[in-house]
Amino acid sequence: MSDTAPMTYREACRQALIEAMEADPRVFMMGEDIGAYGGCYAVTKGLLDMFGPERIRDTPLAESGFTGAGIGAAMVGMRPIVEIMTVNFSLLALDQIINNAATIPHMSGGQFAVPLVIRMATGGGRRVAAQHSHSLEGWYAHIPGIRILAPATIEDARHMLKPALADPNPVLIFEHVMLYNDTEPFDASVNAVDIATAAVRRAGADVSLVTYGGSLKKCLAAAETLAEDGVDAEVIDLRVLRPLDDATILGSVRKTRRCVIVDEGWRTGSLSAEIGMRIAETAFFDLDAPLRRVCSAEVPIPYAPAMEDAALPQPATIVATVRELMGRG
Amino acid sequence: MRDFKMPALGADMEAGLLAEWLVKPGDKVKSGDIVCVVETQKGAIEVEIFENGVIEELVVQPGEEVPVGATLARLDGEAAKEEGAAPAPKRPSLPKWPPPPLPAKAAPPAPRHPPAPAAAAPPAGGRAAVSPAARRRATELGLDPETLTGTGIDGSVTLADVEAAAREPGEKRPAEAPAAEAPPAKPARKGFDPAEMRKAIAAAMQRSKREIPHYYLGQTIDFAAATEWLAATNATKPPPERLMPAALLLKATALAIAEVPALNGHYEDGAFRPGSGINIGWIVALRGGGLVAPAIRDADKQGVRDLMAALRDLVQRARTGGLRASELGSGTVTVTSLGERGADSVIGVIYPPQVAIVGFGRIAVRPWVVDGAVVARPLAEASLAADHRVCDGHLGGLLLAAIDRHLQQPGKL
Amino acid sequence: MTDAERLALIRDVLGGIAPEAADAEIAGDADLRETLDLDSMDFMNVVIGLHERTGVDIPEADYSELFTLDGAMAYLAAKGA
Repeated sequence: MSDTAPMTYREACRQALIEAMEADPRVFMMGEDIGAYGGCYAVTKGLLDMFGPERIRDTPLAESGFTGAGIGAAMVGMRPIVEIMTVNFSLLALDQIINNAATIPHMSGGQFAVPLVIRMATGGGRRVAAQHSHSLEGWYAHIPGIRILAPATIEDARHMLKPALADPNPVLIFEHVMLYNDTEPFDASVNAVDIATAAVRRAGADVSLVTYGGSLKKCLAAAETLAEDGVDAEVIDLRVLRPLDDATILGSVRKTRRCVIVDEGWRTGSLSAEIGMRIAETAFFDLDAPLRRVCSAEVPIPYAPAMEDAALPQPATIVATVRELMGRG
Repeated sequence: MRDFKMPALGADMEAGLLAEWLVKPGDKVKSGDIVCVVETQKGAIEVEIFENGVIEELVVQPGEEVPVGATLARLDGEAAKEEGAAPAPKRPSLPKWPPPPLPAKAAPPAPRHPPAPAAAAPPAGGRAAVSPAARRRATELGLDPETLTGTGIDGSVTLADVEAAAREPGEKRPAEAPAAEAPPAKPARKGFDPAEMRKAIAAAMQRSKREIPHYYLGQTIDFAAATEWLAATNATKPPPERLMPAALLLKATALAIAEVPALNGHYEDGAFRPGSGINIGWIVALRGGGLVAPAIRDADKQGVRDLMAALRDLVQRARTGGLRASELGSGTVTVTSLGERGADSVIGVIYPPQVAIVGFGRIAVRPWVVDGAVVARPLAEASLAADHRVCDGHLGGLLLAAIDRHLQQPGKL
Repeated sequence: MTDAERLALIRDVLGGIAPEAADAEIAGDADLRETLDLDSMDFMNVVIGLHERTGVDIPEADYSELFTLDGAMAYLAAKGA
């Protein structure tokens, strides 16, 4: 019998960091409030005591500076883990991430690797208003040279960090803020996951719900509601937003012939648009209904709870969209 | 109420001139009936209907030119549509017949879902909404998806609707055109316009030479056995029952194609789709220039005498403007035979979207080596032009070899 | 059947296959296949037409006697048509 004691997503992230720090002396962390405060989302609580200020480094509020320092450290052989408090603040480090981290391995003709991992929180739902609630991971998925991960399960939160650190190129890990308190049984016998493929989280025959991150559990809830109507939904967790696992997405859509993409990013110019277009390009003749998307409303995410909930994808909107697609609207 | 529409008689046709109606309002029609004559670049074409019903209204009058897809007539909404109707002539490029009927169910099937609400958005351009998967499956089954009741989003026809229609009891193969029926008296038809036909040929052949990477093979075939067999069998028959070499060439090619199915079908949208039957487009040169390639369906399954009768019938009708819509554009491979006054050899141009054309030059007595000695033999040059996107010369060589092999045993054709 | 009747019959059969034959000036010794551009199928239909109108069997070996108008008339006369 494997050990399946419950674990929170936050604890899974924390254990992954501890494991990485213990396994490799080149690994160290930088970020705002990660040391004395224990991390904005308490992921790094206790790590300062365990590993000391040399390896758990509190930084000034200067994303461009400490992200750039992380890139430099990675280039000279360290394995830095940079934490950016939320994706909204990572915009201050865009130049470092896109113009340096993503390009240096290419522009140096392979002379420099950038084995850097950047963790950041993403997404809405915590009533912290527009400047802390957006989902911009789709932007990063546009950029060649970086790998984008979106762990949506406890298992992925626990195990994606290790292969991310082993990757010689920069890897960005997006942790949805509404997942940290989730508790799920954790199978301790599983000790590795890949960072290349999407996963079928629920098999189904009638429609594919393609999603990632914080929307996964909404899709799984919607699938249960739809099952009561006799609609058998398959739920695909992308896990890796760049490069996309086309084979799993297209395999699912070719089976179910219908697809709803659920993406907390805004619809316009989004990752959902990219996925929909790939399906249209490659599996058009397998489709039995138009492609549909459930995305966030095209507004800065509101502060008022009722408005924030209305702006984000919800199980009810996913269910309604699928019902319409099945001709049961 | 259903619409009977102007069919596309070939991939390049955009509009057709309704020349005459062979039915009038109130007439009962059944699937396979010839209901009108359309003047096209290929001449006057008899157009069949693939539904049963009663003609309610003739929308287009003789002399009017209308685009492909325009409603020509309306049928009453009462009479049952013939299940498994033949492929709509509108999309003749993938001729396939429905599978054999499944055991009939005890009760007529109820629609899986109530009909689409009236508020369903009409599809753009007046087309019925058919999902891509449903449209592909319907083509495979030989159904016209636009005649089905849709249960999908906005009343669209889905894959399940097509599968359900294919399963309905009473499905049967569309009746073959009743060849023995005396043709109704028809008023004289306008002959084809050579300039228009030249345009149609030019368009098809330009597309072929532009898009298809042809490869070419040739093989000399000894016709001694075939010639002797023909002479012997024809000696005992009155002229109308005699066979011409063309019938043997047609059957031998059909049997050979059955052995090399990669050359039978269509190349469209970047992919080869095998034909579901061997429908041989037979090139008929028209007096005064121009040619058409009406198809002889399932040529591999017909005897040589039936094929001879079909050839005579086709050539006759091709030259008098009596070809039927279902015969045009439905070929899966083409054969051109130059006949006894033709050149020694022909290297064909593939008729898109097909992927191969087999050519035969005239049969002539020439020197040939048999058992180490030069002897006079009736010989003919067979050729193949095939699409390199689909296969290579090795496969083409197998086809020519198979044709040769079949022609050495004419009694078995 | 008189010569004139035979000629009319042959021209009628030819006209059914090559419409322009009905009015064309055709020399008696001209090869009909060349003059009227008859291919093998057309010629077969000429044979069938003559057979059906006259009852003469016309074996394949005799086809070459029908290549001209004069030849065809002589052949039909010799066969009693």
